[in-house]
Amino acid sequence: MKNSFFCTEKMTVGYGGKPLIKEIEIQVRKGEILTLIGPNGAGKSTILKSITRQLRLIGGTVYLDGRNMPDMGNKEVASRMAVVLTERIRPELMTCAEMVATGRYPYTGALGILSGEDWEKVRKAMELVHAMDLWDRDFQAVSDGQRQRILLARAICQEPEIIVLDEPTSFLDIKHKLELLTILKRMVADGNVAVIMSLHELDLAQKVSDLVVCVKGEYIAKYGTPEEIFASDYIHELYEVTSGSYNADFGCLEMEAVPGKPRLFVIAGGGTGVSVFRRLQRKGMPFAAGVLHKNDVDYEVARALASRVVAEEAFEPISEEAFEHARRLMKECGRVCCCLERFGTMNQRNRELLRLARKWGIPSGDPARMIP
Amino acid sequence: MNKKAGRRYRAAFLLLTVLLFALIVWNINSGSVSVTVGEIFEILFAGKGEETAYQIIWSIRLPRILAVIVLGGALSVSGFLLQTFFANPIAGPFVLGISSGAKLVVALVMIACLEHSLTVSSGLMIAAAFAGSLISMGFVLAVSRKVHQMSLLVISGIMISYICSAITDFVVTFADDSDIVNLHNWSMGSFSGTSWDNVAVMSVVVGAAMVMAFLMSKPIGAYQLGEAYAQNMGVNVRLFRVLLILLSSLLSACVTAFAGPISFVGIAVPHLVKSALKTAKPLLVIPGCFLGGAVFCLFCDLIARTVFSPTELSISSVTAIFGAPVVIYIMIRRRRTV
Repeated sequence: MKNSFFCTEKMTVGYGGKPLIKEIEIQVRKGEILTLIGPNGAGKSTILKSITRQLRLIGGTVYLDGRNMPDMGNKEVASRMAVVLTERIRPELMTCAEMVATGRYPYTGALGILSGEDWEKVRKAMELVHAMDLWDRDFQAVSDGQRQRILLARAICQEPEIIVLDEPTSFLDIKHKLELLTILKRMVADGNVAVIMSLHELDLAQKVSDLVVCVKGEYIAKYGTPEEIFASDYIHELYEVTSGSYNADFGCLEMEAVPGKPRLFVIAGGGTGVSVFRRLQRKGMPFAAGVLHKNDVDYEVARALASRVVAEEAFEPISEEAFEHARRLMKECGRVCCCLERFGTMNQRNRELLRLARKWGIPSGDPARMIP
Repeated sequence: MNKKAGRRYRAAFLLLTVLLFALIVWNINSGSVSVTVGEIFEILFAGKGEETAYQIIWSIRLPRILAVIVLGGALSVSGFLLQTFFANPIAGPFVLGISSGAKLVVALVMIACLEHSLTVSSGLMIAAAFAGSLISMGFVLAVSRKVHQMSLLVISGIMISYICSAITDFVVTFADDSDIVNLHNWSMGSFSGTSWDNVAVMSVVVGAAMVMAFLMSKPIGAYQLGEAYAQNMGVNVRLFRVLLILLSSLLSACVTAFAGPISFVGIAVPHLVKSALKTAKPLLVIPGCFLGGAVFCLFCDLIARTVFSPTELSISSVTAIFGAPVVIYIMIRRRRTV
């Protein structure tokens, strides 16, 4: 607890005196990114607003650099903590440079006039986010991606020790999402800044965070490293996923498998099946897949989309047992689609399956032929 | 930071100052008794000249001009502060019903005093107007908690304004006194009949409020980014909001106390000044608004006095003609950008 730069102790947050989430204990060191994830309306923003003192704490306390934050003056907090918020701001007649310059607020005099040195810091911050070309542009006229970069530059030139961002990547396209997170990552890499943010994109949260907090229900649902949080099917539980699935290893969402008896047996492997499985799902055709090795990407997708999957242990040749299972299933389906063009030593039996299908007169062929 | 912007600011302020002085001279010059520019300077600076002209300038025109400058400036700055507070470009003391609230209380106080044959001091007038402003402001704030749409807020302000005006008319109609003619003129908005005494009081009050507003430039700038950012920048938002309300109410109260409710200046002038400066920085806009408001009101008062002379128009009718189109323009442009 002591060596962390920022921590909360039994922090209870909520609106109008009504606790929403209780006894939150999180901590983050400089050089680390802590990310809040959780379903909509779970209270991620409420937690961030409480940390940034927009909301009064209902219970517990927050420590910044070992000191009790509620006791700190506005100005001191301002010079140590910067924010990037979700709410749209529409400042009139303000250039991007002027917007960034508002970050210097805690450091300027009574009338808020910036010195040459302040402007130099504005310039550096804008260079860091690659936004120098926006210097003279009207802040209200820039795109979402540019706006978020400008707001980040604003936070940077506030020279904070901790930056709090509320869903900084919402509304951004993938290029700008990656760009923004890369900049954040580079900033914390110097070890002078800690970051607390909320993210909607689980895959990104998993990749950039040092710590992940799962917000759901009355208490913090789970708190740990991304490896701990994304290890199992916990994400399904957190978001109460009822249709489809989330694959934490790939960070991708899959639709729900088509219900019903499988009507097509797909022989795949080595990634050849992924797009075929997805196409079948779109067309609403239930299918079975096999024989797939458990270390194959096709296996992961088939598990989500196929009604039946015949699998074999990784690095093992296909066993008699799996072959038998696949043969029965193939017969039941009555149609076979083979995605493979060539077979290797480990999946020789898939070739046998295909031969068998032809021998039995089961309609078979490549995906182009078998899937209308 | 930017040389081009710096030049623009200097040019805008220079233009406003030149206009101010030109309008001062023009205002002194025009009226039922005409005086040449040469005579004006003689009367003003050498203290000599023809007796009637001397009297007219020193005891009628000059105090009126100074009142127009001080009150016009105050009204514009009040509008700017309210626009910042509500994050709404068409907020202003008149459309939010604050001027009318002030008018009502002042009318009540005046009638009460007249009935007991008491003279109404400038200080009492301001106090009454301030109380009225705050009452209306209270209503508007209560409404703004419920509705966040800017047009609804303005509509409720206008409703408050109608209610207050109706009650004022009612009271004025049934009050019986010879001074009622004055009261009626005042309730329509007019700068006529300003005394040096009035000028002294309003200058002190407006001057103090202006200094306060100017010193608050920095937090006002932060508040333009919204409450949450202002808070993070170290502004004591709660205290700041109270101060902003008190200041804007005091400024518009002062105007209403001496000149009655004056429409649209509080919206049109800040908008024109911001467009001219191409910035909304309070540090520049606050003094800019003061100058701009003075120029705008001097111009409107000149028209009010001279166009149908010797009949005088109410100042509000003139400011509405020039101000209302600006407001309509702001609303149309804003719809396009949203």
